[in-house]
Amino acid sequence: MPHLIHQLDTLDRRLIDTYQRGFPVCERPYAAMADELGMTESEMLARLERLQTLGVLSRVGPVFEHTRAGASLLAAVAVPKNEQEACAELINRAPGVNHNYAREHDYNLWFVMTAADEEQLGRRLDHLEAELDRSILRLPMLEGFHIDLSFPIPWQELENA
Amino acid sequence: MNQVAQLCMDTEAEQRLRALIEKGLPLTPRPWLTLAEQCGMDETEVMATVERWQSEGLIKRLGLVVKHRPLGIRANAMVVWDVPDAWISELGRCLAEEPAVTLCYRRPRRLPDWPFNLFCMIHGSARERVLQELDAIVRRHELDAIPRQVLFSTHAYRQHGARYISE
Repeated sequence: MPHLIHQLDTLDRRLIDTYQRGFPVCERPYAAMADELGMTESEMLARLERLQTLGVLSRVGPVFEHTRAGASLLAAVAVPKNEQEACAELINRAPGVNHNYAREHDYNLWFVMTAADEEQLGRRLDHLEAELDRSILRLPMLEGFHIDLSFPIPWQELENA
Repeated sequence: MNQVAQLCMDTEAEQRLRALIEKGLPLTPRPWLTLAEQCGMDETEVMATVERWQSEGLIKRLGLVVKHRPLGIRANAMVVWDVPDAWISELGRCLAEEPAVTLCYRRPRRLPDWPFNLFCMIHGSARERVLQELDAIVRRHELDAIPRQVLFSTHAYRQHGARYISE
């Protein structure tokens, strides 16, 4: 696992650097990408499949803007250390939850709750709050300054880590 | 902001398409055609719909969604700040320009429990690297006087992207 990065050659890295955004919307998108990077379409598909098998690539596809694809907010709860696992599991089982993280803070469980609309979002949070028997900190986004999840992979830093 | 969602009413076929592409495009030579067959549209319609979603801002990016942890990007800090309201938009825009900052949002304070109103995310190979980056940012923007906390993640119980339709 720590040396996974060494299994990625220059072309893999260029592929990741070039196509975290701007996937072509044309009949043969993988052929267009292959052209750009100097390989064949079947090489491109094989490379993507390999990246997926290695666990580096989650998927090829869209990242939706949360605030426009439905309702969502960042939520946090403070739970005792010895209940953290059990609470995290309850949270994971609740509908609409993603990005469920433990963080070093009194508010030690952080997750994003999503729903089709505000009303459903409120109901889901109320329900989870009852299940956890703790109040949930509700932190909707008021203003987004930088909301793109892609960022340049620091290959050099990772090589040396 | 969530009223906006009501404005882009999609047809049933479009909703099926959205649910499908959220899971990822097929790795076949004509992925849009494969999707078209699965949701009862034709290939041209699928491409036009995806382009429209992009131009409307519903899709913010389309491409490789990379998992960071397997690459060795293990440190993930949420840095929260208690910024005077008059200054928050300006500071938010400044922080968003920082290459190390991957997300930057304004959220409400929830007093007395939660005084912080600006959130940003910094990723890096290790905790020390992230803290170095943060120090550099604090120096560059003279933020010493702004109360802040750094919340490193210790475990990811779930990491997948939002799925609105399938649930």
